Amino acid sequence: MVKLTINGRVFQAQPCDTVLAVAQKAGINIPTLCHSEAVHDYGACRICLVEVERRGRKRLVTACLYPVEEGLSVTTDSERVTKVRQIVIELLLARTPTSEEILALAERYDVTESRFSDMEGNNGDKCILCGLCTRVCSDVVGVNAISLVNRGTKREVALPFYDDETACIACGSCAYICPTSAITLTDSADCRTITWPNSKADFPMKECSSCGTHYAPVKQLQYMAEKAHLSISEFDYCPDCRH
Amino acid sequence: MALIQTKNIRLNSKKELEDHRDGLNFNTQASQRVITVCCGTGCLAYGASKLAQAFRDEIKSQGMELQVTVKTTGCHGFCERGPLVVIRPENTLYQRVKFGDVAEIVTETISRNNVIERLLYSAPGSTDKITCEHDVPFYKKQMRLVFGANGYIDPTSLDDYIAIGGYAALSKALFEMTADDVIDEIRHSGLRGRGGGGFATGAKWQSTREVDDALKYVICNCDEGDPGAFMDRSLMEGNPHSIIEGMLIAAYAVGAHEGYIYIRHEYPVALQNAELAIKQAKSAGLLGEAILGSEFSFDVKISQGGGAFVCGESTALMASVEGRVGEPRAKYVHTSEKGLWDHPTVLNNVETLANVPLIINKGADWFYEIGTANSKGTKIFSLVGKVNNTGLIEVPMGITLREIIYDIGGGIPNGKKFKAVQTGGPSGGCLPEDKLDLNVDFDELSKAGSMMGSGAMIVMDEDNCMVDIARYFLSFLEGESCGKCVPCREGLKRMRQILDRIIAGDGQEGDIETLTDLSEALTMGALCGLGGSAGNPVLSTLRHFQNEYEAHIKDKRCPAGVCKPLITYNIIDGNCTGCNLCVKACPVNAITSQGKKQPVILDQTKCTKCGACYDVCRLDAVEVK
Repeated sequence: MVKLTINGRVFQAQPCDTVLAVAQKAGINIPTLCHSEAVHDYGACRICLVEVERRGRKRLVTACLYPVEEGLSVTTDSERVTKVRQIVIELLLARTPTSEEILALAERYDVTESRFSDMEGNNGDKCILCGLCTRVCSDVVGVNAISLVNRGTKREVALPFYDDETACIACGSCAYICPTSAITLTDSADCRTITWPNSKADFPMKECSSCGTHYAPVKQLQYMAEKAHLSISEFDYCPDCRH
Repeated sequence: MALIQTKNIRLNSKKELEDHRDGLNFNTQASQRVITVCCGTGCLAYGASKLAQAFRDEIKSQGMELQVTVKTTGCHGFCERGPLVVIRPENTLYQRVKFGDVAEIVTETISRNNVIERLLYSAPGSTDKITCEHDVPFYKKQMRLVFGANGYIDPTSLDDYIAIGGYAALSKALFEMTADDVIDEIRHSGLRGRGGGGFATGAKWQSTREVDDALKYVICNCDEGDPGAFMDRSLMEGNPHSIIEGMLIAAYAVGAHEGYIYIRHEYPVALQNAELAIKQAKSAGLLGEAILGSEFSFDVKISQGGGAFVCGESTALMASVEGRVGEPRAKYVHTSEKGLWDHPTVLNNVETLANVPLIINKGADWFYEIGTANSKGTKIFSLVGKVNNTGLIEVPMGITLREIIYDIGGGIPNGKKFKAVQTGGPSGGCLPEDKLDLNVDFDELSKAGSMMGSGAMIVMDEDNCMVDIARYFLSFLEGESCGKCVPCREGLKRMRQILDRIIAGDGQEGDIETLTDLSEALTMGALCGLGGSAGNPVLSTLRHFQNEYEAHIKDKRCPAGVCKPLITYNIIDGNCTGCNLCVKACPVNAITSQGKKQPVILDQTKCTKCGACYDVCRLDAVEVK
């Protein structure tokens, strides 16, 4: 166990814990956008920046990645932290002016408007490129159907060649984890449609042999059968009719 | 030629290496004259390899093969004056040598010992001819410890390197020193990383050594992407064995047995020479299993980068070596503990590694004496821009900017006024005239708001607009940002847009504050070194040249006459004699002649502001406003 302070309060933690984990457990709020317990941390959105002091040297680090250590002193809302956080919000707000998540964050941190809102490159797209969708697709689902393509300001989330959905199993994890609703999922009758910021794909749903409802994407069931070494006939019935 | 000599030689002990060297030196004494032709990238572009062949052919036709050797070497540094030919042992320097000069050089200088005046160098503004390489002002104030060998050895010859003492440091480390001794020596020397960070090399090695892991790596970073920088390239091209030797010593010190040289895709000659050097070192028993008959084994592979600037950043570089996208990660756990494939890794720059054999050979005390209190040794700079002698220079730490720019660089061309020098590459800073007497070292440069960086030095004169310069570096960084973190990806885009607007004459009140805010947010909040220092071009130009920003924003004027939307070209009637040079030069027929002795007329509606009229006018009759 190591001893550290967060905003002046003393905490004990395991050396492998991150500052974010310790703070969250103690109910200290640190905003996050690209963090999820489901996937490995990434440190890209920079909204969880906190100020740490170590051997008299202060610097800003991302709480989601910084491992605690003996004697560490953390401030989650210092002047520098707030300043950078506000600018990050301003930048995101210009990028995605309609995202409710970002608007709420802006309100919480007193960012009333973005100085960049009248510049080019504000496409109204809700994607903030946090990479949660691509990480959940590779880390959790294990299919790598979408990825971050191009670099720098041209970076975007995309299917291979923008239109090859062959690897996607239509599980919807990406839509579920997306913090800004930039990815959406709609089920209609026998079809599931997933919309990514720059592409869209339809996936047929499996029909229950008993009740006839379309209960899950065919590709997802095939993937599950393969992973679990089961026969695809195991999925002939929906969960309700199986018993 | 040299390849054939080393083909079957395997050196199995310290003694065999020394005996081999003695034999080589005995043989070289026998052949007296050497014509060295610089085949660094700059001179190659001037046709140096064909020139070298012409020398070989001429020597052959004159039947002097036994007395004269033609040697193609790496970069000599004096790129401005290429192709360079040096006749040794007299060290007669011929510059801007052409094919037509070859026969004369062989007949006159080699056979008859006559110096050909026309090919000698004379300093700008002087007619005095300088014969000897070392007397040329460009070289005189330099201290070419690491870089000097480039001019003497053929980079494709292992024997050339061994003959000048190569691999002696390796054998000294292996047979006379423990790993701790080596680290102590490097630590005491005060060597700091030459790639830009300036971290103490000994401390870095120590922390890697201390990690308990059977698998450790040594990586040489030859991914040099700064605009105007080419020292790593020239070292790797010109003296690849010195870098391999440095890597071997580092590996021995930290306990690594595998290593990589990361070379960017744009450096084909460096790649080729490094590949050859690895092959030669392996077959000679200097690399691979049981090096020089000892128990130490180390192998090196080459990893080629795709030419992304961000891949010079340690974690991105390692991701790239691992075969992943070259994106950085947070470095809260150092790469010296968890680097390549999560194993402890020493990552050193080319120049840092090239210093290592010298320190082991000559001792830490010798190295410690050179330089300033906290920056020891020499530094190679690439001196480019508005300076007479462009090229690569190696100088002791602590030399002033003025000495570099005026004594070595020969001052500013065309009698223009010095304005600023950009040091440390795109993420460094611009220093104005009142910083010219600054002693160049890691700390002084940082204190002045710039940095050492990898050593790019771009000189600017009165014709450079600092807002335009800031925009140039920023747009470079924007193009090279990986786009992973928000401040870098979004912030750089916004900063560039604001600068675009200022340059277009649409600057607004508050732009300077916004630029400052964004720069600071990047400095504090970006994920890696690229973003973390990307605000520097703006912050340093704002610090020293805020008046230029204000002139653009408030007065809609570009004082340097660079930003097209803010300038007009005008004819000063009183000065114009109607010579019509400008009429001929104008590509859009915006200037019309009114006959002899009558001033020309410039039609502003047609003018594209290309500046051709200004450049050709000898009477100061064209002004930029």
